[in-house]
Amino acid sequence: MPLLEMKGVTQRFGGLQAVSDFNISLEERKLIALIGPNGAGKTTVFNLISGFYQPTEGQIIFDGQPTAGLRPHQVTARGIARTFQNIRLWHEMSVLDNIRIAQHHRLGYTIWDAFLRTGRFTKSEGNIDAIAWEMLEAMDLKDAAHELPRNLPYGLQRRVEIARAMSIRPKLLLLDEPAAGLNSADVDGLIKLIRWIHDEFDIAIWMIEHQMKVVMSLCEWIKVIDFGSTIAEGTPEEIQSNPVVIKAYLGDDTI
Amino acid sequence: MQKYTLNAALAALCLGLVLLAQFNVIDQYTQTVLMFMGINIIFASSLNIVNGYMGEFSCGHAGFMCVGAYASSVLSVVLFTSNKLVGDALLPPELAPMLFPVVLIVAGLVASVFGLLVALPSFRTRGDYLAIITIAANYIVISVIENLDIIGGPRGFHGMKRVINGMRDMVDIPWMFIWVILGTLFSVWILRRLVNSTYGKGISAVCQDEVAAEIMSVDTNHVKLVAFMVSSGLAGVAGALYAHVYGYVNPQAFNILKSTEGLVMVYLGGMASLSGSVMAAILFTLLLESLRFVIPGLDAALHAVNLLPAGYELSQVWKWVLIPLILILLMQFRPEGIMGNRELSGVFPKLRRFYTFK
Ligand SMILES: Nc1ncnc2c1ncn2[C@@H]1O[C@H](COP(=O)(O)OP(=O)(O)O)[C@@H](O)[C@H]1O
Ligand SMILES: [Mg+2]
Repeated sequence: MPLLEMKGVTQRFGGLQAVSDFNISLEERKLIALIGPNGAGKTTVFNLISGFYQPTEGQIIFDGQPTAGLRPHQVTARGIARTFQNIRLWHEMSVLDNIRIAQHHRLGYTIWDAFLRTGRFTKSEGNIDAIAWEMLEAMDLKDAAHELPRNLPYGLQRRVEIARAMSIRPKLLLLDEPAAGLNSADVDGLIKLIRWIHDEFDIAIWMIEHQMKVVMSLCEWIKVIDFGSTIAEGTPEEIQSNPVVIKAYLGDDTI
Repeated sequence: MQKYTLNAALAALCLGLVLLAQFNVIDQYTQTVLMFMGINIIFASSLNIVNGYMGEFSCGHAGFMCVGAYASSVLSVVLFTSNKLVGDALLPPELAPMLFPVVLIVAGLVASVFGLLVALPSFRTRGDYLAIITIAANYIVISVIENLDIIGGPRGFHGMKRVINGMRDMVDIPWMFIWVILGTLFSVWILRRLVNSTYGKGISAVCQDEVAAEIMSVDTNHVKLVAFMVSSGLAGVAGALYAHVYGYVNPQAFNILKSTEGLVMVYLGGMASLSGSVMAAILFTLLLESLRFVIPGLDAALHAVNLLPAGYELSQVWKWVLIPLILILLMQFRPEGIMGNRELSGVFPKLRRFYTFK
């Protein structure tokens, strides 16, 4: 059974068809990429999977169950975590709190437990703290735990955002342009980090990325979309030499 | 042991105040001012949950105070005194001292249900539109009560003095003074517990990036619901205490001007700072009280130097020139308030040695 299946997914915004007839069957533990020119509809695909939009047509099935009708926090609780194209950390609270808050799906206590500081509350908060510190340790972010994200260098903010997503312990991690805005040293670090996460946590990773260095060195399968439609898919070697892809990226100069 | 210094000092302070009140070392007037301080602390810190921590702009907080004031007043009058509404007291008045906390809690619960008036629209709107809805909620509450003749309509509702006097007849201690202190400690205590839990930090996450919060597994609608209901519920407790301190309630006491007082306190203290709200409430209460003396003094002084026409008297209405002026000056010169969004323990880290918060 595939981990994620999208069947004939179409998303319209008014007259604009941002995603048309999108199909994919993603197996567990795969590492794949979605590429395409700006405005092709890549982020929209991620927004559909996260439950941020309900598809105009088609079906999304995660872990054997359709996600239709679920709110984003429910989709996340099922095991899909993501990062954003523009970093979306909570900038007025510490890195540690950023990770703690992403544990809302496993709180397991009510507001009354919080008021009364019941055993259930203490246990859950202890558990959340342990998970948060473990993730900061694993991602080499311990020193930044009490910093505000906005005071960190951009590369580190990216890393915090990935740590926050991973602390949810997802089965599928969606990365929306993780290398955007990074310098080349940071990009090398990112490649290592993603490979390490993939091996260590044994999860499926799906990334949107423009930097071919990242895509080519990490991904086993690539899907290319343009104007919302799939124009090619295959291994990195196949995609690199595909004339349709090259044309989409370089533009049609027959005009 | 050192960790409990602050808690012990606070307990000693409260006990000391009660004893001073009991033996009339502090007079009735001072007691009343202290009680309004407590009520303002509850009012401001509960408003801070919505306006500070959640980053919404509620301008109708007094509406919930009004609900709590009326709910508790009707309840305590009906339960513990003979009255026009149902005739004889429903319960033996001897129970009043014991059941008064229940009255406060019921008032809070009723007010928190009215919080739904703004919580539910908040799922779909934010910012300016929600602010307008909060003003509307304030007016709805006041208009409904003004049109309920059975509880006095625009003339107001009274009878709570008899409940309090009944308590005093049984045991002669300053009951309301004690209830206000307990209510204030209780409110600040649960708010602290809320905002320091991972659960409650979801409120700040919604404020800072709602989309990220929802996608990082925070049930944002639930968080908003809880924030509005806790906030309005505690405003209801403040209203209940207010009604029993005054012994009389009137819907117009809870109009938009009262809500503005709450805003001034929250912005004076600093958004998302509970200690800021507490300090601001204390300062603001003192300031308002001082105006009672300053305005007549100013009036006399201005007349003495012939700056005011003989027939004109500088009245307490001028308070409504001064309060908005404070707000304007504050926004101009220190928009982050006294504390910014920090707590006292953040400004003075050494304080942490002297208290523990469980
Ligand atoms: N919420 C929305 N409402 C209307 N149009 C949108 C919305 N989100 C995305 N679009 C449009 O859909 C298209 C695809 O956007 P997007 O998925 O962000 O592209 P990409 O991530 O591939 O650069 C763009 O033309 C964009 O303007
Ligand atoms: Mg995009």
